[in-house]
Amino acid sequence: MKVSQQWLRQWVPLTLDAQTMADQLTMAGLEVDSVERVAGSFSGVIVARVVSVEPHPDAGRLSVCEVDIGTSAGLQVVCGAPNVAVDQKVAFARVGAVLPGDFRISQTELRGVASNGMICAESELGLVEEKSPGIWVLPADAPVGEDLRDWLQLDDATLDIDLTPNRGDCLSVAGLARELGVLNRHPVSVPEIADVPAVTSTAFDVSVSASRGCPRYAARVIEDIDISVDTPLWMVERLRRSGIRSIDPVVDVTNHVMLELGQPMHAFDLEQLDQHIDVRMAEPGEELILLDGQTVELREDTLLITDASGPIAIAGVMGGQRSAVGRQTRHVVLESAFFAPLGAAGQARSYGLHTDASHRFERGVDPALQLQAIERATRLLIDICGGQPGPVVEIASPDHLPATRQVTLDSTRASRLLGSALGHDEIVDILTRLGMSLNELMSGHWEVEIPSWRFDIGLDVDLIEELARIHGYNRFPSRAPQARMAPKAIPEQRLSLDRLRDQLVAAGYQEAITYSFISREQQALLTPESQAPELANPISSDMAVMRSSLWPGLIRALQHNLNRQQTRIRLFEMGQVFQGDLDSLQQYSTLAGVICGPREPEGWLSHREHVDFFDLKGDVESLIALGGDPAAWRFEAAEHPVLHPGQSARLLHHERPVGWLGALHPRVRERLDIRVGVLVFEIELEAIQQAALPVFTPLSRYPEVRRDLALIVNEQLPVDELLTLIRRHGGEHLRELRLFDVYQGSGVESGYKSIALGLTWQHASRTLTDEEINHLVDAIVNEASNRFGATLRGQGGSA
Amino acid sequence: MEHLSSLVAEARAAIESAEDLTTLDDIRVRYLGKKGELTALLKGLGQLPAEERPRAGEAINQAKQTLSGELEARRERLNTAAMEARLEAERLDVTLPGRGSAPGGLHPVTRTLQRIERLFAEIGFDVAEGPEIEDDYHNFEALNIPAHHPARAMHDTFYFDARHLLRTHTSPVQIRTMNEQAPPVRIVCPGRVYRHDSDLTHSPMFHQVEGLVVDEGISFGDLKGTIEAFLKAFFERDRLDVRFRPSYFPFTEPSAEVDIQCVMCSGHGCRVCSHTGWLEVMGCGMVHPNVFGHVNIDAARYSGFAFGMGVERLAMLRYAVNDLRLFFDNDLRFLRQFG
Repeated sequence: MKVSQQWLRQWVPLTLDAQTMADQLTMAGLEVDSVERVAGSFSGVIVARVVSVEPHPDAGRLSVCEVDIGTSAGLQVVCGAPNVAVDQKVAFARVGAVLPGDFRISQTELRGVASNGMICAESELGLVEEKSPGIWVLPADAPVGEDLRDWLQLDDATLDIDLTPNRGDCLSVAGLARELGVLNRHPVSVPEIADVPAVTSTAFDVSVSASRGCPRYAARVIEDIDISVDTPLWMVERLRRSGIRSIDPVVDVTNHVMLELGQPMHAFDLEQLDQHIDVRMAEPGEELILLDGQTVELREDTLLITDASGPIAIAGVMGGQRSAVGRQTRHVVLESAFFAPLGAAGQARSYGLHTDASHRFERGVDPALQLQAIERATRLLIDICGGQPGPVVEIASPDHLPATRQVTLDSTRASRLLGSALGHDEIVDILTRLGMSLNELMSGHWEVEIPSWRFDIGLDVDLIEELARIHGYNRFPSRAPQARMAPKAIPEQRLSLDRLRDQLVAAGYQEAITYSFISREQQALLTPESQAPELANPISSDMAVMRSSLWPGLIRALQHNLNRQQTRIRLFEMGQVFQGDLDSLQQYSTLAGVICGPREPEGWLSHREHVDFFDLKGDVESLIALGGDPAAWRFEAAEHPVLHPGQSARLLHHERPVGWLGALHPRVRERLDIRVGVLVFEIELEAIQQAALPVFTPLSRYPEVRRDLALIVNEQLPVDELLTLIRRHGGEHLRELRLFDVYQGSGVESGYKSIALGLTWQHASRTLTDEEINHLVDAIVNEASNRFGATLRGQGGSA
Repeated sequence: MEHLSSLVAEARAAIESAEDLTTLDDIRVRYLGKKGELTALLKGLGQLPAEERPRAGEAINQAKQTLSGELEARRERLNTAAMEARLEAERLDVTLPGRGSAPGGLHPVTRTLQRIERLFAEIGFDVAEGPEIEDDYHNFEALNIPAHHPARAMHDTFYFDARHLLRTHTSPVQIRTMNEQAPPVRIVCPGRVYRHDSDLTHSPMFHQVEGLVVDEGISFGDLKGTIEAFLKAFFERDRLDVRFRPSYFPFTEPSAEVDIQCVMCSGHGCRVCSHTGWLEVMGCGMVHPNVFGHVNIDAARYSGFAFGMGVERLAMLRYAVNDLRLFFDNDLRFLRQFG
């Protein structure tokens, strides 16, 4: 809501400067976005009358004018505007005047003709932004010789107030003046609005079929208006300072009343209306051509103003073209209605519209205002355009009008909630000035009647907020809340997210945060087998589908960095992923990472090798190690649609699949135009967060025994199977099993590999004998031979 | 015994000129070894007249001791020299960079979230989380934002269908928590939130931390005190002007926006604070009785406050980041600045 300070002052004569007034409103919850002067800074501009206009002898586009500035002699001035004409009143910058931009007017000569000043356009005075096509023609009654700034009170500022949706009551000068009155404990002078008696009996037939949506509808015919007259400058200026352009006197008057009182109004051209007006819900298939020329198909939940030929307006949103007031209009029907906020809510938006009227009706227009507004509009209209008003026709449905509300306020409860007590007198003063009537039932206990314009007050806390707001939030003492102390359990069998993050950070990963929505293409390419919800109203096709994996986002981030000459990339992310359709939706968090490029940062010691599967696996194993229960985890060779079939593994936790890791499939990389190998992992957070509570095992005082074995097995045999076998047959005292070499090549038959293992035994309470160990080694070798055809290396195939 | 003195002189010269430990050992063997020359002299004592033996024996032993001492001293010198030579040979340029890779780092949003969570954890708040695809009830209805409420227009919601949406704030977690837990409640709810808005200063996804305290006797004063203390702690400023401005959120009453003195210009006015000296950093208020009604908490007995802040906003102010979009580009050159 934009309104000029001048206008507000006419209601509350405060001497505050504009910025102070703005600060007051802001600190009362009516946030002032900006304070702007209503005109550029200029001086020396006065009202003048054009006495004569002659063509310039040497320049076709210029005129030589004489202007009267109220002194005895006229002044000669050269003017370039096409619209300059004799007898116009104009804004004249005299020699010595300073226009916006520090532009000084001096005596000059234009193509040989002396010019003693300048006739100004509105844009040259900083009244409008866009360049005016010609000079500014002032009304005929403009006082010649008078300083323009004084005459138009241009030392004024527009406050742009960003109102919260609960304060529809402040979408008017009346409402804002009331606030300023309360804040400054200053009375508000509400202009008297007298009824304008009907001079004709012409009334238009009105009925309201949908009285729930329209509890009150008032209409009045005004005949024989002269729409060709100019809207008075004072009104044009008020509208301009509120950001509204003057259209014609009828529209200007309805806008003025809306700004002044908060009642949106509409005017129909009587001669375009067919028989009668009915306010009803739309019927299937109805259409309406709106004022702005677009045709809308109406939904059945839409409240309409109609006549015998069909819709003429969407109630409280916008009128139709057919019945619009225009140049030819002679008689008008004024409409002043109360459309219920609940019915109005969302209507405009659903048609892609947003109007000053819909903005107000959705937030609640004072249901007691309609008759006052129509009287006010009538008065203004006939003062400007003449015309014969008929009687006001009012159709009201008391059952559907908002009921009067009483709210009980208890000062003890108020002070408990606010943390400090407000004085009895202050409470009464604030609420009274806000328009409430108070009935004190007991000391400090009131029944408060809520004024019809305050839709936002229904509970005592709403009144308490009013008290706090006007008293000033910042005047209440602050304190630290008191709490009862009790320690809370810290689950030790659950790794904190920070612990996991820190591990990856230590391993050189940067944390990324990527969008939770991805494009359909990414989804199809990178998570082809999952289904994820699609947004009904995505912001762009890049962000249309929810992610079912963190990979698409991370790979996109990887590409972003590859495209910026980064070669060694390690990124991880934690976040929610979404699987399934909406009714069986699973949303859970995962931890994922992506790496590519050199294993080590470039350096004088580093090798140039690139990362491979085992770098990634090592990082995943380090995460698993944090939980202290590596035996619960297993990697299993498995194929995944976007991973290299020979370099991908499923991750199992207690045999439940909880993640994947592997190299991105070369075909996927090709599609993404990524030329380097990329490795990715993703694990369900819930699984990787699980940790074992350590249980102490006594330390043995007896020596360890180590034996190294090199077993030759078929190269297809997954090493994990061999290790599992060895653990099973290594006896209960096998403490450690290390794989320290995998060899293929000279000395090992093609198709086979040599697996070098270090086995360490230790007994808790005695020294193990060689005999025992030999026995175990033999058992292992035999079993491996039986199961996998393994042979001991260097023993020519015999175990 | 002339022989002895020349022998000693000869041995001494040999010791002096020995340049390594092997030579030195050869010398020891040659003179003092079992078959060494001095040992031989000792063995030859028997051939001397008995009265000369003690004196000659003493002289030989003395010579032996002298030579032993000198051998030892020489060995010591050679050892020292060898150590010095070795150390010199092993000298490194310690200004060369160390081995191993540099650590990565946390995203600045995470870093900020951790700070916020820790500050509140220290005063007894729990961390609560909830789903990002929410239903209309938890995101709006239970928070006193019925269908078609004009406040919904403030939210620019992403929808999936009539009922499912991307949460526009982490406030639904309040509802979920209060449904499960009786007062006292002290929680912060960090997480991603979504608004259908994208330009220089709006991202369709951002992070929020919502806080909620419900207990007996909680007042607006408690709300103010908590937020003032938090903001001072977050920005590590003992003096930081904080002001509360009346505002409107359907789920709190009274409601307030919180402004702090601009941390960039200390309130003098700059581009960041649009020359007002103030920065809007969060919204807050006393929990609305209708919200308590939805979760069956007795509003006559309990009161509470809630607050919500934008994490990116705080991160931008704390780390002087001037472009919101940088947070989700994940450019390494950006991320690395937050270690």
